[in-house]
Amino acid sequence: MTILNVNDQQREADVPADMPLLWVLRDVLQMTGTKFGCGRGLCGACMIHLDGEPVRSCVTTVGAAAGRRIMTIESVGGTALGRKVQQAWIDLDVPQCGYCQSGQIMSAISLLARSSRPSDTDIETAMTANICRCGTYPRIREAIKRAAGEA
Amino acid sequence: MTVSQGGRGCCSHSRRRFLKIGAAVGGGLLLGIDLAAFAAVSDSETTHAPFEPNAFLRIDAGGRITFVMQFIEMGQGTYTSIPMLIAEELEVDVDRVVVEHAPADDKVYANPLIGIQMTGGSTSVRASWEPMRRAGATARVMLLNAAAGQWGVDPKSCEAADGYILHRSSARKKPYGDLVDAAARLPVPQDVALKEPKMFKLIGTSHRRLDTPAKVNGSATFGIDVLIPRMKFAVVAISPTFGGTLADVDEVKAKAVAGVSQVVRMQDAVAVIGVHTWAAKQGLAAANATWDVGTNAWLSTADVVNQLATACQKPGAIARREGEAARVLESATQRMQAVYEQPFLAHAALEPMNCTVHVQPNGCDVWVGTQVAGTARSAVARVTGLKPEQVRIHNHLLGGGFGRRLEVDGIVRAAQVAKQVDGPVKVIWTREEDIQHDMYRPYYYDHLVVALNESGRPTAWTHRIAGSSIQARFFPQAVKNGVDADAVESAANPAYALGAMQVEWIAQEPPGIPTAFWRGVGVTRSTFVVESFIDELAAHAKVDPLGYRLTLLERNSRARAVLELAASKAGWGTKLPRHRGRGIALCTGFGSFIGQVVEVAVGTHGAIAVTRVVCVVDCGLVVNPDTVRAQMQSGIIFGLSAALYGEITLKDGRVQQSNFHDYRVLRMNEAPPIEVHLIESVEAPGGVGEPATSCVMPALTNAVYAATGKRVRKLPLVTAPV
Repeated sequence: MTILNVNDQQREADVPADMPLLWVLRDVLQMTGTKFGCGRGLCGACMIHLDGEPVRSCVTTVGAAAGRRIMTIESVGGTALGRKVQQAWIDLDVPQCGYCQSGQIMSAISLLARSSRPSDTDIETAMTANICRCGTYPRIREAIKRAAGEA
Repeated sequence: MTVSQGGRGCCSHSRRRFLKIGAAVGGGLLLGIDLAAFAAVSDSETTHAPFEPNAFLRIDAGGRITFVMQFIEMGQGTYTSIPMLIAEELEVDVDRVVVEHAPADDKVYANPLIGIQMTGGSTSVRASWEPMRRAGATARVMLLNAAAGQWGVDPKSCEAADGYILHRSSARKKPYGDLVDAAARLPVPQDVALKEPKMFKLIGTSHRRLDTPAKVNGSATFGIDVLIPRMKFAVVAISPTFGGTLADVDEVKAKAVAGVSQVVRMQDAVAVIGVHTWAAKQGLAAANATWDVGTNAWLSTADVVNQLATACQKPGAIARREGEAARVLESATQRMQAVYEQPFLAHAALEPMNCTVHVQPNGCDVWVGTQVAGTARSAVARVTGLKPEQVRIHNHLLGGGFGRRLEVDGIVRAAQVAKQVDGPVKVIWTREEDIQHDMYRPYYYDHLVVALNESGRPTAWTHRIAGSSIQARFFPQAVKNGVDADAVESAANPAYALGAMQVEWIAQEPPGIPTAFWRGVGVTRSTFVVESFIDELAAHAKVDPLGYRLTLLERNSRARAVLELAASKAGWGTKLPRHRGRGIALCTGFGSFIGQVVEVAVGTHGAIAVTRVVCVVDCGLVVNPDTVRAQMQSGIIFGLSAALYGEITLKDGRVQQSNFHDYRVLRMNEAPPIEVHLIESVEAPGGVGEPATSCVMPALTNAVYAATGKRVRKLPLVTAPV
C-alpha cells in the first residue's frame, strides 16, 4: 500500500511502485483533472506539483512521489496565487477545448511562484513544456502577465 | 469541411412552420424547434412533412431556461455563441441559458446545413443564426401575450426585459417563470419580428465563455474522464500495417501482469483489460502481439506520391469549366506551370482517442466526446446487434476535434472490445496508437498550368487535383459527376478573375490508408495551392503580390477589403531587415473572407521563425467578437504547426511518426504575436473555425519566398528525422 499526500490529504493506493502517478491519480484516486496526453513527458497535459516543483505525472512513478507533497489542479483554487491564475484565465477567456489547461495552469503557477514579474522569455521557458492544440498560447501569455500584475 | 449553403441565411417566409409548443414534463413552456424545416425551402414535399422538433427551448416555473442542442463544444465557443442568439431575443442574460448535450439521434438533432447530427464544417453558428433567434423571440412574445392576458392590457403596451414582462404604465411586472404555464396554453405566433442588428444588446459583444470556469479547476469532464462504477480499463493495439491482422498474442504472459484480467482478440487488433490503464498497458506490452502484415506492407510515401503523379497525367472529373482553357493555352505566348504537394496529416487532438462502453443484453451505454452522436449510435448498434434506440450515447466535451471526432472508428473499436467484457470498460488509445491509427488528411497532388497575357495576368487557368476523396466515403450522395465538391472547394471557385478555367478532380485512394476531414480540408488544400501560385505569377510578372491580387479581385470587394486592411496593418511595402520577409494570402471559404500577412525571419542555417501574423476577417455579422478572435488565433497556430512541421510518412506500410517528438506541433516559444482585425458587416454570419488555418499556410510560404527567394511547393517546410 502506497501512502500519498495529495492536496494536503492522505490517500492510499494499492498499486505497483513503478506505476506512473498520472494513472494513480486518474484511475485509482478518481481525480481526473490531471490529463493524459502523450505518456512520454512531451506535452505537459499531466503537469502536477511535487513539493512545489512542476513535474510530468505520466513519467513520475508513484514510488518517487510517496512521502512528498502532491498538488493537482483540483486544489489550485485553495491558494491565493492559484485563484489569481484561474481568474486571469477566466478574464481573458483562455481555454478553448480546455483539455491542456490543467497542465498549463500548473506550469503557470509554478512560474509565478518563482518569479513574480516574469519576462516574455521567462514565460516561454516555463511554458514550452505544455502543448496546446487549440493555439491558446497568446492568451496564456497575457493571462500570466495579468495574474502577475495582480499578484 | 465545406457544406453548401442554401441562401444567405435571411428569412424566408415560405418556410414551413418550424416552431411548435410541446408538453414539458413538470410544467413550464417547451418550444420544439424543427431546424430541418427551417432550412428547407418551400416545396410540396417539405410543406407537408410532419413537424419534427430537433432542438428544445424550455423555461420552467422557476424561470430556469434550458436549451438542448445538437452542436457539441470542442473549443470553438458554440456553447456560448448559440445561447447568445437565444438570449438576445428572449431578453435574458446569456448566463441564464443552460445548455444540455443532446442525446444521439440523427433524425431528431440534425444540423440543418448538413442533414445529420454533426458539429463540423464551421457551420454551428451559420446553421443556428436565424432559427435560434426566432425561437427566443417566439418564446418572448408568448410570455408577453400571457402577461398581457392576465393583466387585461394590450400586449403592445408590455415589454420584456431581463427575464421579466413589464407593463410600465401600471408599474406591474412578472418574472418569466410565473408566466410559463399560461404561455404554454397560447398559440405559437408565426413570423415574429426579429431585432434589427442595430438593436442587438448581446450579439456583437464579447461575452465571456460559459464553459471556462470548469476548464480552469479540473472539473470539466471530457470523454476520457468518465468514471463509471465497476469500470475496467483497456489499452488497445491495432495492426501496425494498414490491413494487417492479429497473428498471435501471449495471453499467459499478459495475464501474469498484476491487475490484468482479460485479453480481447479482434481480427486486426488486441486489447488488454485491467484494473487501471497502467495494468492494461503493461499487459499489452507483455502480450507481445504479432501480426500478419497484410497486402499493404510494401507501401511507402513515395509509392503514394507516384500513384498520385501518374493519376494526375490523365484528365479528371470536371469541377469547373469556364470558356475554352485548352484552346487559350495552346495559343498563349506565355505559360507557367507548377506542381504542389501536401502531406498526410494527423489530427493529434490533445485528448487521445477513447471511449467507454457498457454492453448489456438489452441495451448499451456509450460515454464519449463525438462530433457525430447519431452516426456513433448507428455504428454501435451494428457492432452489438442491438437496435439503435437501445444504444444511449452520453456525449461529452471534446479535448479537440479538428475533424478527428467526426469519425466513429474509435467508438466502433471500443464497442468491439466491450462486447467481450463483463461490465463497463474504458478503452484508451496511447498517443502512439492515436498518431499511427488516425484517419489522415489525405496526401494531395496538384498540377496547374496557366496562360498569361503580356502583363502577366492569367488568360486561362487549368488546375488538376489528385487525392483521396473523403466525401465519397463520408457523404457519397454529395459527390456529383465524380467531383468531390469538398476537396475542390476554393479551387473550383477562386475569388480571383483568372480567365478561362478548367478545374479537374481525380480521386486516387492511397492503398489501405484511411483518410478523413481535417481543419479546413478542401479549402485548406486549395488555398495553399491557389495562393502560392498566384504569388508565383506575381513574382513572374514582377508585380507586388498584393497589387497583383487586387487587380484580379476587381469584382470582389469583400476579398479586396480584407487584403488591403491586412496589408495596411502589417506595414506592407515597408522595408524589412535582410533574411526577413512578408507573405500575403487570401482565403474565401465557409462564407467568410480572410486576409493575412505573415512575417518570417530565416536564420543562416535555414531555421524559420514566424515573427508576426496580421489577420483580417470579414465573417459577416459577428455574434461574439472575442470568439472570432480566438478562432483566428487558434486556426493560425494550427495551420503554422502543419505548414512548418506537419507530416505523416509511411514506410513498410506503417506510419513512421508516433508522438509529439516526431509529429511536432507549435509550442509557446514558436507562437508569433497575432493581431486580429474584424471587419464590421451585416452580411449573414460566416464560419470561423477553419479558414484561418487555410489562409496562414500560403501566407507563411509566401513570406519564406520573400525572405529567401525559395519557392515552397511541398509541405511541410521542416522535415523531421524519423
